[in-house]
Amino acid sequence: MMHTVKRDRMLVGGFALAVLTMPVWMTPLGAGYPDLLQRFAIYGIFAIGFNILFGLTGYLSFGHAVFLGVGSYAAVWSFKLLSMNVLPAVLCAMGVSGLFALAIGYISLRRSGIYFSILTLAFAQMAYNLAYSVLTPITNGETGLKIERVDPRLIDTWISGPSTLIPSTNFFGMPMSGYSGFFFCAVLLIAAFYVALRIARSPFGAMLRAIKSNQNRLNYAGVHTRPYALTAFVISGVFAGLAGGLLAATDPLAGAERMQWTASGEVVLMTILGGVGTQLGPFVGAVIIKYAENIFSAFNPQTLHGIFAFLPDPIEDVVVAVTGLFVGNGWQLTLGTLFMLLVIFLPGGVIEGARRLGALIARKTAALRGRRSPPLGSALPAPGAASE
Amino acid sequence: MDAILLQLLNGLDKGGAYALIALGLTLIFGTLGVVNFAHGALFMLGAFCAVTTHKLLTISKSVKDTSITLFDVHKDVPYLQIWWGDTGARIIDYAVPLSLLLAIPMMLLVGVALERGLIRHFYRRTHADQILVTFGLAIVLQEVVKAYFGANPLPTPAPEIVSGSANIGAWIGLGDALSYPWWRLVYFLFSVAVIGMVLAFLRFTTFGMVVRAGMRDRETVGLFGIDIERRFTIVFGIAVVVAGLAGAMYTPVLPPDYHMGMEFLVLSFVVVVVGGMGSVGGAVLAGFLLGILQSFASMNEVKDLLPGIDQIIIYLVAIVILLVRPRGLMGRTGVMET
Repeated sequence: MMHTVKRDRMLVGGFALAVLTMPVWMTPLGAGYPDLLQRFAIYGIFAIGFNILFGLTGYLSFGHAVFLGVGSYAAVWSFKLLSMNVLPAVLCAMGVSGLFALAIGYISLRRSGIYFSILTLAFAQMAYNLAYSVLTPITNGETGLKIERVDPRLIDTWISGPSTLIPSTNFFGMPMSGYSGFFFCAVLLIAAFYVALRIARSPFGAMLRAIKSNQNRLNYAGVHTRPYALTAFVISGVFAGLAGGLLAATDPLAGAERMQWTASGEVVLMTILGGVGTQLGPFVGAVIIKYAENIFSAFNPQTLHGIFAFLPDPIEDVVVAVTGLFVGNGWQLTLGTLFMLLVIFLPGGVIEGARRLGALIARKTAALRGRRSPPLGSALPAPGAASE
Repeated sequence: MDAILLQLLNGLDKGGAYALIALGLTLIFGTLGVVNFAHGALFMLGAFCAVTTHKLLTISKSVKDTSITLFDVHKDVPYLQIWWGDTGARIIDYAVPLSLLLAIPMMLLVGVALERGLIRHFYRRTHADQILVTFGLAIVLQEVVKAYFGANPLPTPAPEIVSGSANIGAWIGLGDALSYPWWRLVYFLFSVAVIGMVLAFLRFTTFGMVVRAGMRDRETVGLFGIDIERRFTIVFGIAVVVAGLAGAMYTPVLPPDYHMGMEFLVLSFVVVVVGGMGSVGGAVLAGFLLGILQSFASMNEVKDLLPGIDQIIIYLVAIVILLVRPRGLMGRTGVMET
């Protein structure tokens, strides 16, 4: 498929517009509050970063949440030691998780396929277990790492003297809670999207795609693939670290549960739900998952009875009992079911589904028009077009 | 000497569980070529077979407690005990071993249904897709169990007769310091027996021979006019049953909760990789080896020397093995060579 610079500009512009106006158009959907919107943006960054690795190179990392967790810890330590400004915190998070990614990637990328997945999983589990046990001085174990009044905050103290109460995170005075926090995350999300798009369009991105389609052939051609894959792994880890740093910036608390492998599974799900290897897919997937999590987990039997009140009572009870399994605490069941259905029926994700739907409509309209004048066959999409 | 021997023993029961799960995983991988991330959940399902059996056997009726005469006190007495007296009580006592009678047909049914209904469609998909769909399946199984049994661990006691500790030290003349819970010994022997049965089945029966041939080269076996897919379905069923048995018998050691499977799954995968993907013997060897290694790492002397080592030893070993011997301890050439 041809990618013109103009088309990409429009894509980024449209994306930026859609993201920045989210507080407006998300409100009717019941998601127009900053806390949730922040999460959309943050997990969007996480998934976009994951897609650089999984979507382009095909390496399925099952321990990506470790970078999210490490990023969070690094950011909170920056709040504690340096300043409550989020800029050093985010930079710290990206730097530290980048280093982690370099180390883990350097070892894990010696193997590919299932072995790579197991290696990354092993590293993530190790980090998780250590964070809960021996590394408690750094991670504060099960309680989670918090900022406290007595923290040194060297830069802040140097500028404005010691503070008497626990200060809140800010970006040069702009608070990180509420909508200003969301816009901060949103701008970084748009930047991340732009960077990911540029990577996908670059020769480097083409090389990554070549690794996905046939690594052996590249090796035979004399190309040493590992540095490319490692670069992709580190970039993706830095994105995850940024997301983790932002999580800490909007809510300055870091816990080891962010590194658990279910969290790694979640980002995989976001990416495949949206569409692996597509530009918009990961963000769409992240929004759908976080939205569904928020909506479904808020339901309880009372609200369900309210929804199904129009049914006759015995049927209502059955329907509520069945749907009740899927909402509230059982929302994970929805997640798992969704996961399976997607992989079985729509491996390309939502974006692929939308494209198929579009192609179907195009074909139908072409067929309708074809009654008057025979089509030239150009209305049919090329078979390979949807996979890119 | 005592301490070392004790750690060796401590590692055996956990190693047995790892070996049983890893055995199933590697069988599925070797035959169907499918990476089954739901295997831990199947282990968990087996454990809940034991819980269900225990619950079924102890369905109770509220009767008046006659030993207290001052005021009315009601207590729950299981029907079995009301009907059959002491015999009933003894049956309830043996709930966990009896649960195998439920676990075997249940798990076989689950296994065959899963293979025919879901896994079959994933033979030709990528490993990533297989991982993803079985991961989803694992979440679904977990959540369904959580919905019915709740989130808390459910203790299921071992039979009275094996509830104490075996004084192994005295048997081999090492003094009284070395005592070991009976049930763990039972579990170890049980796992060895199950492993032996599966290996013998593969080694000495015609069915097993066909399966082994299919693991080597399924196309050629197919050319001989053998319906290898049907055999593989049964192999999947067997693997699921083995995981279920491992889970059912493990309940007295570890009260089952809905997410116990995940922890075991991750470790068992590591075990499979260390043993060598698709190698049955390797999985068993690595299972016991890693179980024992973990138990040694959790000795206080070792922990003082290297803090936190007990948490990460298995993963550390896996990483080293994967880098030094990519095929694992006993991996065959040609299986997942990348």
